[in-house]
Amino acid sequence: MSLDLDIEHRRGDFHLAARFAAQPGITALFGRSGSGKSTLVDIVGGLIRPDRGKVLVDGQTLVDTARGVFVAKHRRRLGYVFQDSRLFPHLSVRQNLAYGRWFARAAEDGVAPSFESVVELLGIGPLLDRQPGSLSGGEKQRVAIGRALLARPRLLLMDEPLASLDEARRAEIMPYIERLRDDVGLPILYVSHSVAEVARLATTVVILSQGRVTAVGPVLDILPLADTGDRGAVLDAVIERHDEAFAITHLTCAAGELQVPRLAAPTGTSVRAYIRARDVMLSLQPPQEISALNVLSGKVAEVANSGAQADIRLDCNGATLMARLTNKSVQRLALAPGKPVFAVIKSVSFERS
Amino acid sequence: MILSAEEWTAVRLSLLVAVTATLASLPLGVAVAYALARGRFWGKSLLDTLVHLPLILPPVVTGYLLLLLFGKRGPIGEFLDHYLGIVFSFRWTGAALACGVMGFPLMVRAIRLSIEAVDTRLEAAAGTLGANPLMVFATITLPLCLPGVIAGAILAFAKSMGEFGATITFVSNIPGETQTLPTAIYTFIQVPGGDAGALRLTLISVLISMAALLGSELLARRIGARRVAT
Repeated sequence: MSLDLDIEHRRGDFHLAARFAAQPGITALFGRSGSGKSTLVDIVGGLIRPDRGKVLVDGQTLVDTARGVFVAKHRRRLGYVFQDSRLFPHLSVRQNLAYGRWFARAAEDGVAPSFESVVELLGIGPLLDRQPGSLSGGEKQRVAIGRALLARPRLLLMDEPLASLDEARRAEIMPYIERLRDDVGLPILYVSHSVAEVARLATTVVILSQGRVTAVGPVLDILPLADTGDRGAVLDAVIERHDEAFAITHLTCAAGELQVPRLAAPTGTSVRAYIRARDVMLSLQPPQEISALNVLSGKVAEVANSGAQADIRLDCNGATLMARLTNKSVQRLALAPGKPVFAVIKSVSFERS
Repeated sequence: MILSAEEWTAVRLSLLVAVTATLASLPLGVAVAYALARGRFWGKSLLDTLVHLPLILPPVVTGYLLLLLFGKRGPIGEFLDHYLGIVFSFRWTGAALACGVMGFPLMVRAIRLSIEAVDTRLEAAAGTLGANPLMVFATITLPLCLPGVIAGAILAFAKSMGEFGATITFVSNIPGETQTLPTAIYTFIQVPGGDAGALRLTLISVLISMAALLGSELLARRIGARRVAT
């Protein structure tokens, strides 16, 4: 799958000008609200006609304003999961699921999971004969994902699919999205303003700010650069072993070993650790006799001051880590690019996202 | 209650005229309501005014305009008679046409409001699932605005049952052909000793109207119940 996009769109005072190409896997459109993420997805989905530009999926031109091409949304065969699930209230869950499938019955491309496998994948078997009005928010979103999947999409668009849900429901749906990425192999364009979601799900990140693409790249490289207000870094890690006595899991990653609260996954599983900049402490000496279990050695790569605080980018054996300190600490430790430091992270600061 | 043969004829004719007028104008009513609710085209307010005209004009004026247009010598009437063999003037079909025109604004208003209440985001979602605009209308918009369509149809039916001015002006008051309940009642009142007949037909009229209203309530409730069913 490939998605190539180069568009300009003006709506009132807001000017969107974006250009990027998405890779297979989950491409996250990341930015604050009002940065143009949803507009961009609506343009790909055919709900908005851009003022100027091109959209190509798998080499097929969906929009080309210069040549007057605009493929209607019902001919694009892109699954769209909306933030407000938009299930049809007059149809049962089963009928909702079957809706797009019926229109795609003659299609030959795109993923074509069976009805049963989708129901099984999303765990919605017990809901089939209910009406959408009686479902909880999390159940609605799972049905909406199933409905989009059964329309044999070539690409799945997800516009903040978890934003309207509480923390527990979010945790309930995330594994299903991971399974779409890993088991179904469906390319996904995923809109989010949540760092935790992006860190966990995305392969590639496109950062949008005030209608402009400010960065594109693999999530591990790009996320530390994002202006998220809650900066942090993502580490790819593998579960090495579980320490049952203390309910702690040992992870190995490029930067070294991490000890985090017990994870409910078997040894050898790949996981992502998201470490917030404000949870990271720096020391010039290898700290001794401290409570924190994680000490990673690295070098300062960049010091970015903003106001009374500074964000320090560290290079820990090739992996990027972010630390947020006061300017006072930066001066006291005389932190500057190239300086070797030790990053200290408390195990309890890790959250299972 | 015993009705004379002539009275029965008036009742049957009234029902035939009202049902024909309602069913024949329903597809056009839905189309016009959809155009007014969702369309963006030149002349939209003109169409809106045109639809509402029978509501504002005196019924006699509407009837007379129908006579001018659809009468045997009228431009449309002559064309229909000559090429399709359809005659409106002084026939029960003319009574149905007059009733359909008089009920049209009421029907369109009710349907338009219910279409405007349908969430366009659901229609967009149906589009992304592969439904073309016609299928979106048939599978999403129409089922969701069905209570409004039923309400509009009942209003048009009730209006048809009671239509007097335009009907009598356009197709006169011919027993067995164009004499409906209201015109039959009118005839009874005009002759001495016709009070009993007028009262009988009045009772019938009340019964039919109440039955129609009750029927529509039940229908709307059943649709509503299905929607919130768990």
